[in-house]
Amino acid sequence: MNAPAGVTERLTGLVGALRAHGVRIGTGETVDAAQAMAALGLTDRELLREGLAATLLHSTGQRRVFDPVFDLYFPRLVGGPMSEGRESDAPAADREELRDRLAAALAAGDRETLERLAIEAVDGFGGYGSSPGSDGWSSYQTLDRLRPQTLMARVRDSVRARQEGAAGFADRLLEDEIRRRIEVFRALVASEARRRVAERRGRDELARRAVAPTADRVDFLFAGRDRLAELRRTVQPLARKLATRLAARRRRAARGTIDLRRTLRGSLSTGGVPMKPVLRRRRPVRPELVLLCDVSGSVAGFSDFTMLLVQALHDQFSKVRVFAFVNRIDEVTGLLVHGTADPEGLGARIRSEATLTGWHGSSDYGVAFGEFAERYVDAVGPRTTVFVLGDARTNMGDPNLPAVRRFSERARRVYWLNPEPLSQWGTGDSAAPEYAELVEMHECRNVLQLSGLIGRLLPV
Amino acid sequence: MLFTSVDDVSARLAETGYLASPAVATTVFLADRLGKPLLVEGPAGVGKTELAKAVAQVAGARLVRLQCYEGVDESRALYEWNHAKQLLRISAGRDETWDEARTDIFSEEFLLARPLLTAIRGDDPKVLLIDETDKADVEVEGLLLEVLSDFQVTVPELGTITATSRPFVVLTSNASRELSEALRRRCLFLHIGFPEEELERRIVRLKVPGLDAALTESVVRVVGALREMDLRKVPSVAETIDWARTLLALGADTLDGTVVRDSLGVLLKHQDDILKAAAKLDLDAM
Repeated sequence: MNAPAGVTERLTGLVGALRAHGVRIGTGETVDAAQAMAALGLTDRELLREGLAATLLHSTGQRRVFDPVFDLYFPRLVGGPMSEGRESDAPAADREELRDRLAAALAAGDRETLERLAIEAVDGFGGYGSSPGSDGWSSYQTLDRLRPQTLMARVRDSVRARQEGAAGFADRLLEDEIRRRIEVFRALVASEARRRVAERRGRDELARRAVAPTADRVDFLFAGRDRLAELRRTVQPLARKLATRLAARRRRAARGTIDLRRTLRGSLSTGGVPMKPVLRRRRPVRPELVLLCDVSGSVAGFSDFTMLLVQALHDQFSKVRVFAFVNRIDEVTGLLVHGTADPEGLGARIRSEATLTGWHGSSDYGVAFGEFAERYVDAVGPRTTVFVLGDARTNMGDPNLPAVRRFSERARRVYWLNPEPLSQWGTGDSAAPEYAELVEMHECRNVLQLSGLIGRLLPV
Repeated sequence: MLFTSVDDVSARLAETGYLASPAVATTVFLADRLGKPLLVEGPAGVGKTELAKAVAQVAGARLVRLQCYEGVDESRALYEWNHAKQLLRISAGRDETWDEARTDIFSEEFLLARPLLTAIRGDDPKVLLIDETDKADVEVEGLLLEVLSDFQVTVPELGTITATSRPFVVLTSNASRELSEALRRRCLFLHIGFPEEELERRIVRLKVPGLDAALTESVVRVVGALREMDLRKVPSVAETIDWARTLLALGADTLDGTVVRDSLGVLLKHQDDILKAAAKLDLDAM
């Protein structure tokens, strides 16, 4: 392939950055990507983007990582917009004019103009610092000065005026649509600022640090609100996948072990030679599941997600009971009933409708386990698998190991999923090592690990 | 080579009534150029299967379809010997020697070609559509690997059959099961999502030409708003078209609360989705 010099390096750089984000790309795909580049040419950037995505990616979630990385390695332009030497005193005067143009573009929903405006905005308002070592470009600062969200009313009125009241029903959707367009603009500004920084700091480093990972690798403990919302949307497809995995395991388990006693008895008629192995019959009993979830501030995102996931899997079990605790424990199974659960408000509803806190608001595993062992121990029987979800940080309280021992002796299995990295177990007020001696504890920091663990640990 | 450029792909697919987004057009072009199978994923009803049909029509090729389901196996996907016919043949030639009979009953005449073999045999151009690949068991994926990487099939009694002209292969998946990495590696990956507003307007206009322009725009906007909501099953392109047809049949010239409320069932298939959407669009306020 005779590409212009440097293009191959760009491509391998892009591949390297994607690999660093956990996208598995082999040499074969890289060669395919190069062939795609040759076939598509370098004239149209969007075609190139789609072409590389088609050859390099293998699943939908990876696209979220790919797009920002692509923007860094194949930037729209180099340097500022038409650098006509605008000086730092100009922006203040320009601000209103830029806001006017932004309002017009938002009203028209014109993406191309928005892209151009994002470039101008970052160039005009995003720069900070003056010495070459410490200066940079900030999307936060740009948006702070430009305040696109305050354009809402203006844009809405101008769209309404243009339609002259003929819009009718769809008019009530207008505000949401404009809000979405503003979000698009914000994202464009962020990616433009990233591009400008990359010119200064080096692409490779920025691609590793400044690009958010795929949803299934986001750490539960550090996921922001919008990432958690994104995770919640993956609950249903993930549950479907896990359900097929469980069904497959169940099928395999059904033709499982040999019943030695019946095989030997059958062999008597053939002179002791076991001609026909008899398989052990499985009683078609669906297992029961009990979930104990810490829903206090820091780990709430993790517990919410897992609760929703288990609830979505409810038809795989004969009974699922969910208990939530902070420092008191209460049953919340009713709040999770399929279909009525509004995932977004779940956490808030649990906290408002269940009695989870006593005199103080911080989590106390010892008291909560004690209460569980006292009030709800009947929920645990020989067919029950118990999952405890939480970081095992007891705020220096007594871990109450006897209570844990009590319900773990009654249960078939007890597993503990801990959203903290393994290296932090036992640091500070974490009682993880103590609990880990009694029950099987697993690190479970992101959806990838969670789905692996659930697929493996859930009883069939 | 079926196509000369990406624009050529869009133009010719549009002639058959399939409006392709740039991503779709680019990927189809590359699949043709690089001679690789195309793995299409996306929500139900965005036109994954339609894409294969449209490509077949453009290329003037025969569409060979393998519908996957749980339990589909080699004899359904690849080939099978026609046992009944073989038995007839044996009883017909009663005084024949064993060798004669054997060489005869394992010949092409007694072979029932299933989709994968059909797609590979013969010289005429073909489009092979492997629909809902995720429904098939993992073993079938192993079978596909051989077929898709070398475009050849081995029948022990006949030898290896290699494709003289490579079929254009489209695999579709609803992602109900994770396809194996090995299979993904052999394919170009294309995610067809919900189309942009502009493209969807064009699709509705093409499929439901009787609907007036202002109403079409409102329809697409409402569907867009529904997709932003947190619903159990968001409406897809197929539902948009159904809804447009419904409105046409109802003779509605503008959208208002009553019309939307009465026909929401066309778009949303769960009762709690309908309630939620009605609340968000405040239909009762009208």
